[in-house]
Amino acid sequence: MPRWGMVIDLAKCTACQACTVACQTENNVPCVPPKEAARGRIISWISVLPQIEGEYPRLSMRPTPLPCVHCDNPPCIRVCPVQATAINPEGVVRQIYARCIGCRYCTNACPYTRRMFNWYKPEFPGEFTEALNPDVSVRPKGVVEKCTLCHHRLQKARDEARAAKRELAEGDYVPACVEICPAGAMYFGDLEDHNSTVAALARSRRAFKPLEELGTHPKVIYLAQGEWSGGDGQGPRT
Amino acid sequence: METDRDHAHNERDLVLLQPVIATRRPFYYLALFFLGFTSIAFFAWLWQLKQGLGVTGLNVPVYWGFYITNFVFFIGISHAGTLISAILRLCHAEWRRSITRAAEVITVLVLFFGVGSVIMDLGRPERALNVLLHPNFHSPLLWDVCSITVYLTASTIYLYLPLIPDIAILRDHGAKPAWLYRRLAIGWCASEKQKRVLNRAISVMAVLVIPIAVSVHTVVSWVFAMTVQPMWHSSIFGPYFVVGAIFSGIASLLIVMALIRRIYLLQDYLKPIHFNNLGLLLLVMALLWFYFTFAEFITTFYGSDPSHLVVFYSKLSGRYAVPFWTMVVTCFIIPVGILARRKTRTITGCVIASISVNIGMWLERFTIVVPTLSQPRLPWAKASYSPTWVEVAITIGFGATFMFLYMLFTKFFPIVSIWEVQEGREMAIPEVVERVKSYFPGEVLPSA
Repeated sequence: MPRWGMVIDLAKCTACQACTVACQTENNVPCVPPKEAARGRIISWISVLPQIEGEYPRLSMRPTPLPCVHCDNPPCIRVCPVQATAINPEGVVRQIYARCIGCRYCTNACPYTRRMFNWYKPEFPGEFTEALNPDVSVRPKGVVEKCTLCHHRLQKARDEARAAKRELAEGDYVPACVEICPAGAMYFGDLEDHNSTVAALARSRRAFKPLEELGTHPKVIYLAQGEWSGGDGQGPRT
Repeated sequence: METDRDHAHNERDLVLLQPVIATRRPFYYLALFFLGFTSIAFFAWLWQLKQGLGVTGLNVPVYWGFYITNFVFFIGISHAGTLISAILRLCHAEWRRSITRAAEVITVLVLFFGVGSVIMDLGRPERALNVLLHPNFHSPLLWDVCSITVYLTASTIYLYLPLIPDIAILRDHGAKPAWLYRRLAIGWCASEKQKRVLNRAISVMAVLVIPIAVSVHTVVSWVFAMTVQPMWHSSIFGPYFVVGAIFSGIASLLIVMALIRRIYLLQDYLKPIHFNNLGLLLLVMALLWFYFTFAEFITTFYGSDPSHLVVFYSKLSGRYAVPFWTMVVTCFIIPVGILARRKTRTITGCVIASISVNIGMWLERFTIVVPTLSQPRLPWAKASYSPTWVEVAITIGFGATFMFLYMLFTKFFPIVSIWEVQEGREMAIPEVVERVKSYFPGEVLPSA
């Protein structure tokens, strides 16, 4: 059984945000109008987080792409009152849109704030409607949605491999964000397979997991030189 | 001769039936006034249903705001009733007799608004019953569903049981609608056997209802405490919430008592001594509340986990300093200042302290829910929260509708328990004499 995981080399990331855009189009993530975006209603399954380090005047900004980290011990699943979210045997945390009651307990329990809520009926202006991905369902208003690691791509890749009478090979299945990354900063594959690129990178001395200390066991792993910490203890930055 | 005197007493208590029998014009004006707010809230809710939760001030990452604050607040107030009344009953506090009913009604009615607040907060309220279809027993929210359901059931029974003899009095006085009272009185004729069964049932319910009430607000706190989020993940939350709930519950009871005393001219039944005793209880809860709050904050401060400290300072000196310090003043300084002195522990004093406590306890719920959410561990999504007219309208509408329903109750049932007051007059003195006799050696003289 594979355990899908992602490795992101922070030294390579250029903060171009192509991953965010690719994800939006691949997964039919609704376009939020500017007015709503200003009110903090942006929906994006992978965002590039500006990690600011040091103190003025010696400041540096490290861009950090952050999708759902698909914890092996996900805090979101425990709290959902209606079992609308679950982790599958391959380690992917999924959301059942048709069952979700929209209580947003999972969004609050997630220490990574990587679950998004549909505040309105999703909108796809003009030509965006034509460009919707038929493989991914459009969510109704009032439910929570999140990164699926482009699960529909896995299903497709499995079908193709089966048709060609072969095993699923590395690179057959990659999420849209990884595929698009022009800097080649993102890697994807089976963490269980010791020969895979991600498994090798995950063993690297540069590898660390976001908010590892919370015991969530994320399957999104970063490569960087320094220590990576979430909170800076300096209070809100506005 | 003995029975004649009893009879005269009983006739006098019939003044308690007055609100049920006759309704004056101001009642209708006041009802309309409250219903006005109800309809605005209803309109706001329809608007929210049509548009989605986008019409609220909620955002990423402040996914919970006024509605969840109201939920915790209303469920907290529900502890007024049943819990206070059950404890006082079990302690044989004789002064309880004229206030238990008023307290129990608060509990039953306010629970609907607690549950209603959660429904308001749902993105898909029409799917709410998925909690029965696909229950996840790991979720603290499902524990809430269970314990609040049990609590509502138990406290409804606990309200109804002591109502039966009073309903029978109404039935015998030909109060209308006759069918309602006949049905609800379930053939009560005050026989010895009936009395014995009723008293037994009430004591059983009083014992049952206390652990249920404690579980309710413990579980409400666990909705927060069971997550790993800064300043939510705290083991003190269970007892802290229960103390806060009883605190705001007593305050609400005091306000309600002062209102019905004034409106229905019940000065003979709700006397300064009742306010004094409950005021003392409120004072004790204010001190307990402060102790818990202090313990919570000093532990966080000394632990100095950076992610906790961000939330800590946002309350003490940051964006949420105004609600936080208002809470400290209204929950502690004002009530303790008023209630600690006998001279100011009057009816007016108690009411001022109680209003202050209720404002403070709402703010406490707010400063627990929002600051943590607005400062998640990963700093990319920090945002502030301010409610929109929809949330404000629904909040005010809930309060107004609660008061309307409470008024309506007083028009159908006596708000002071008639039979318990009578029973107190007849039985309490011999009972107390017996009790005191059992404490010490020697003769106890009932009248000196």
